[in-house]
Amino acid sequence: MSIARFWRETPRRYNLGGSKCTNCGTVYFPPRLVCPECPAHRQSIEKMVPFQLSGDGEVLSYTVVHEPAEGFEMQVPYVLALVKTREGPVLTGQVVDVTPDEVSIGLKVHATFRKLREEGRAGVIHYGYKFAPSEDPEPAAPPRGPAAAVRTEEIGARDRAPA
Amino acid sequence: MRDVAVLGVGQTKFGELWDRSFREIGIEAGLQALVDAKLSSSDLDGLYLGNMASGSLIDQEHIAPLILDYAGLARRHLPGVRVEGGGASGSLALHQGYLAVASGVYDYVVVGGAEKLTDVPDEQATAITGATADHEWEAVFGATLPALWALVARRHMHLYGTTREQLAQVAVHDHQMGSKNPNAHFRNKLTLEQVLGAGPIAEPLGMLDCAPFSDGAAAVVLGPLETAREHTDTPIRIAASEVACDTMALQHRAELTRLNGTVAAARAAFARARRSPRDVGVAEIHDAYTISALVSLEDLGFVEKGRAGPEFATGQFSGGGSLTVNPSGGLKAQGRPFGAVGVAQVAEIVRQLRGDAKDRQVPHPTLGLAHDVGGTGATSVVHLLERAN
Repeated sequence: MSIARFWRETPRRYNLGGSKCTNCGTVYFPPRLVCPECPAHRQSIEKMVPFQLSGDGEVLSYTVVHEPAEGFEMQVPYVLALVKTREGPVLTGQVVDVTPDEVSIGLKVHATFRKLREEGRAGVIHYGYKFAPSEDPEPAAPPRGPAAAVRTEEIGARDRAPA
Repeated sequence: MRDVAVLGVGQTKFGELWDRSFREIGIEAGLQALVDAKLSSSDLDGLYLGNMASGSLIDQEHIAPLILDYAGLARRHLPGVRVEGGGASGSLALHQGYLAVASGVYDYVVVGGAEKLTDVPDEQATAITGATADHEWEAVFGATLPALWALVARRHMHLYGTTREQLAQVAVHDHQMGSKNPNAHFRNKLTLEQVLGAGPIAEPLGMLDCAPFSDGAAAVVLGPLETAREHTDTPIRIAASEVACDTMALQHRAELTRLNGTVAAARAAFARARRSPRDVGVAEIHDAYTISALVSLEDLGFVEKGRAGPEFATGQFSGGGSLTVNPSGGLKAQGRPFGAVGVAQVAEIVRQLRGDAKDRQVPHPTLGLAHDVGGTGATSVVHLLERAN
């Protein structure tokens, strides 16, 4: 994948930047230009505004992946989940910092900024959101790009690049 | 609109065809279908070719003229069109051929489907087929096609109490059926224990819950029903050909366990044919994963939502009941050459309706259904076929 192709999605993949339809109030992630919910779609055109997701949500469904997607070979087995966020949109992402048997439908999670994969030894490293169990009853702060980038130290053994 | 009939069918063996090239298998299936239809290539008006990913799989795009050329038809300058809709590419091509003949613009067309998956390593095939889901918002985060269907499976188990054993029963059924199909990729029977004990792919789905990567090709010849008897004693009428799309990503479905595209396509098809699911005697449905067969049975209207697990486990769909499912062995046992699947499903329904299916013949079906899905349901195609009187 070219650098530009991943880089242009940075605001979404690093910061959970979605969009909201100011006509009907529905929130989308990733952002959309046209609102599927508005009965007359054209009413939403140019009324979609940026909207920041909190990163809080709960697991709707999950799987433990043993035959990985490309670039995820060193992470197996990994937990992949559909997470319903507090604001409504459902996101696909890994659940980390848990063993697979600790994951269940309904588990409260929050988004965390992590390394997703790298394209071979000399390739680009892709970062983005994964989900970790929520520890605080209080909602966690949304992950922020530059600040969150520092937290890449948190990357666990499962996320470590191939030696 | 005029009525359209299937006049001939052809199909290669499905499997790991190491010694055979894409063009060879494509032409073999097409020529078989032409001979079956008692037509010569000079009668043809065009080719529609279903294929998912020849560019990624064999480094060859622009494959419709390639097949026409090697079928000896370059000098006739026929129109050739490739059609892509992920795993539903074959039945989408059939839809295009149907529209062309129904409109009266073309009289006789070949609809082919072909895919060569084993020229790349399995990991690469996993990535290429995963691109039929949303690459930017699913695959990039670690999703594969089986992982996405596993998310559907877990949710179905959670909501409806579907069990691991009920999922496994689908694979046992498919291999039982496929054991009678000489074209099948797998002809071995499976026990429930074997399916449950197979290595995990994406839990709860194991290796034997997932259809294989296969090479293969299939073709049908379409023509106007009014002249069909010049070509065959048993013309099969296409009673409905319906396509419906849904959200690209699974995450955007309001209900994870419902294929809304399939619901829409099935409703439209039954309405057009003025028939109901109860009239269907034989069906080829999308069993790429054991869970996809169960949700498909529900969303096509054969069983109530959430009930497919226990209903399937009764064995009523394995012969002897009013509906027999996947007599070919389905994608699981007959094989899964992505772009060829939808055409092969229709070829099997045609054989069944003609009474030509030999050992695996379903007794006297009058209406057959073929159901093809791309990705996790972003494209659904439903065909209804019946014997013309």
